[in-house]
Amino acid sequence: MATGFHGVGAAVAALSSSPSNSFDSKKLLCSPRRSFPVRKGASFVADRSDGSVNLDLNPKARRAQQLIVNAVANKADSSPASSSSKPGHELLLFEALREGLEEEMDRDPRVCVMGEDVGHYGGSYKVTRGLAEKFGDLRVLDTPIAENSFTGMGIGAAMTGLRPVVEGMNMGFLLLAFNQISNNCGMLHYTSGGQFTIPIVIRGPGGVGRQLGAEHSQRLESYFQSIPGIQMVACSTPYNAKGLMKAAIRSENPVILFEHVLLYNLKERIPDEDYICNLEEAEMVRPGEHVTILTYSRMRYHVMQAAKTLVNKGYDPEVIDIRSLKPFDLHTIGNSVKKTHRVLIVEECMRTGGIGASLTAAITENFHDYLDTPIMCLSSQDVPTPYAGTLEEWTVVQPAQIVTAVEQLCK
Amino acid sequence: MATAFSTAKFSTQPFPLNPTSTTSHDSSIVFARPTSQFLGSTRKFRLTSSSKFNLSRRSKTVVAVSDVVKQKKSKSSPSLLITKEEGLDLYEDMVLGRAFEDMCAQMYYRGKMFGFVHLYNGQEAVSTGFIKLLKQQDSVVSTYRDHVHALSKGVPARAVMSELFGKTTGCCRGQGGSMHMFSREHNLLGGFAFIGEGIPVATGAAFTSKYKREVLKEADCDHVTLAFFGDGTCNNGQFFECLNMAALWKLPIVFVVENNLWAIGMSHLRATSDPHIYKKGPAFGMPGIHVDGMDVLKVREVAKEAIGRARRGEGPTLVECETYRFRGHSLADPDELRDPAEKARYAARDPITALKKYLIENSLASEAELKTIEKKIDEVVEDAVEFADESPVPSRSQLLENVFADPKGFGIGPDGRYRCEDPKFTEGTAHV
Repeated sequence: MATGFHGVGAAVAALSSSPSNSFDSKKLLCSPRRSFPVRKGASFVADRSDGSVNLDLNPKARRAQQLIVNAVANKADSSPASSSSKPGHELLLFEALREGLEEEMDRDPRVCVMGEDVGHYGGSYKVTRGLAEKFGDLRVLDTPIAENSFTGMGIGAAMTGLRPVVEGMNMGFLLLAFNQISNNCGMLHYTSGGQFTIPIVIRGPGGVGRQLGAEHSQRLESYFQSIPGIQMVACSTPYNAKGLMKAAIRSENPVILFEHVLLYNLKERIPDEDYICNLEEAEMVRPGEHVTILTYSRMRYHVMQAAKTLVNKGYDPEVIDIRSLKPFDLHTIGNSVKKTHRVLIVEECMRTGGIGASLTAAITENFHDYLDTPIMCLSSQDVPTPYAGTLEEWTVVQPAQIVTAVEQLCK
Repeated sequence: MATAFSTAKFSTQPFPLNPTSTTSHDSSIVFARPTSQFLGSTRKFRLTSSSKFNLSRRSKTVVAVSDVVKQKKSKSSPSLLITKEEGLDLYEDMVLGRAFEDMCAQMYYRGKMFGFVHLYNGQEAVSTGFIKLLKQQDSVVSTYRDHVHALSKGVPARAVMSELFGKTTGCCRGQGGSMHMFSREHNLLGGFAFIGEGIPVATGAAFTSKYKREVLKEADCDHVTLAFFGDGTCNNGQFFECLNMAALWKLPIVFVVENNLWAIGMSHLRATSDPHIYKKGPAFGMPGIHVDGMDVLKVREVAKEAIGRARRGEGPTLVECETYRFRGHSLADPDELRDPAEKARYAARDPITALKKYLIENSLASEAELKTIEKKIDEVVEDAVEFADESPVPSRSQLLENVFADPKGFGIGPDGRYRCEDPKFTEGTAHV
């Protein structure tokens, strides 16, 4: 059972119109795609969103892929000739999340949503809009403002047979649920000797937005990463948002899905057929030769913007969106390191104890011999995110810094 | 020696159904939503007002249910609260709890179990009174003082003892320990070390029950959840948040407070602005009941109503059981702060002695029958210890086995395979 998808010629719309526009990136429309026959139940060859085809999967990896995911192909589209103009449909990232959620709720009546304002209000970022009308108030539950308790309630429901999706209105609010996430979500499968599974999905928007202030601009991935027993993924495109949402809901493990406040309005064309994205895999965004740039979530776009500049200057960066924050996909990352011998990590987490810090350690431990130069990690400053726009801009990594870093690495 | 059943020192709030008047006078609870008569039997409890509370805790008289029953008995044919079978069942369960905990203490001091062990001696009436009324599919959530809840719910003594010894045959494969007893088969959802942590989980289990009935259309799903916790927990946010949610959605849950007056060394009265915990129920729109937790029959009567309410879909109930732990907070607690006179008072109300007396006086059982039960339990506990002793300790390969339900969560290794597919994985370390 494999993940796979007919590539999306992703035209990612430029995001936002604010003055400090760091989101200019438009993905290139891909060149005419090769067609791949759709075989029922077989593995697809992964067709990456920028049009390049990743044939790097060795048989073992492909077999690993086959183990997990069954992309159910739409029979009507199975003729090879039609796939080069496969329509798919265009939507925004938050709509992709909703689509994924709705499809899973249709598929399995045990899937339910709980959170603040998810029901009648439709979600503070509209991810659950319309779902309460369709599925009812109990399946899309508007909770009182009690994160610790309703997250715990989700865990209790998961233990007794449901598959809840708990929304934190802002990821930062889940700090209040840390007790339940750490003690119960991560641990109960183990302390119960494997008797109870907790197939819960905890999701919400995080990251630094536009002058939202310190408390609404937190990156909780660094705080949660040590909790044993959970998986963490971060989505960055409508395609992987829907795929990861679906995979997370279907997973028997507790999964924390990190979304980003500024990415909800990204537009992309995604396939019509059912697909999921493997929770443990990284995504090759742009293959290259000179340097490996590892990133996730919003920083992917800063990296791609810097990549344009770098390409003009003659560099050939390989950009990987790690997607799986815990565990790391050391295969994709490792293959890249072995090819380029230089690593730059670009993340929005804080310098101290962030995802980048763990990733640096993991790469050093596993691929030390392949590195020509020490790993460079660009993270956000260790400051509470200031309100002032200029200060906020200096808190996070900007494309210019990425360019400088690559130049330095490749000296 | 005072008879346990007649010490009438509790105030229990009856249920006047006055939806229109709300008073703050603390002698009446007004239940905001009219429902069926709750707890008909508590009509026998007189209304009392308790504006003062002092360390001796009570100064009112309340007629206990069983007292009334005794009085009736002298006049006409007896209407006892329990049948002989039920009586023996209750007795056996309480004796099991007591004997097991005493054995735990012994084993701890002999170095067979370690860590924090919290014993339940003295509180057996609450566990037996409530849990023996449940079906297997009903759920129980407990705290770190969970051995006896596990036993009452049906987890075999062998499995609990093995778990305490840290053996693979324990109910949680030795991975949980004293404070984390779980049983899927018996729907025991834990065993939590942090107080208050289990209450949201219990709320979730109750939510599932309601969801199954209303969304999944399993019309006969009337599973009830019991959440047990102590007086200290009643000052914790999770308690209040869950009272709110349970009442809001009318979840089939009973919140059972085992008020033993002490949270390690902190007296309930020193920690709580209003120590009457049962009053906090009506503040959220659910009935709040106080009951003598040293009397298993009284607890059972209250429990019947509360569980019945939940099963009928009428919503949650808060039950405060006044009880006492004869031992310290845990086996590591020297228990120096509690007044010996207080301990003696409660020791005189030992629930097992009380039930024994009741059974014999009402000719429900003979001394010999009770002795047989005690002997049987001794054998069960001895057998449990033997079983635990002989069971194997977990091997190294067990370390990583239950971290993830789906072990793909350990990720993809550098060679492209999932780590869990590597046969040597269990010998390695589980880093990312």
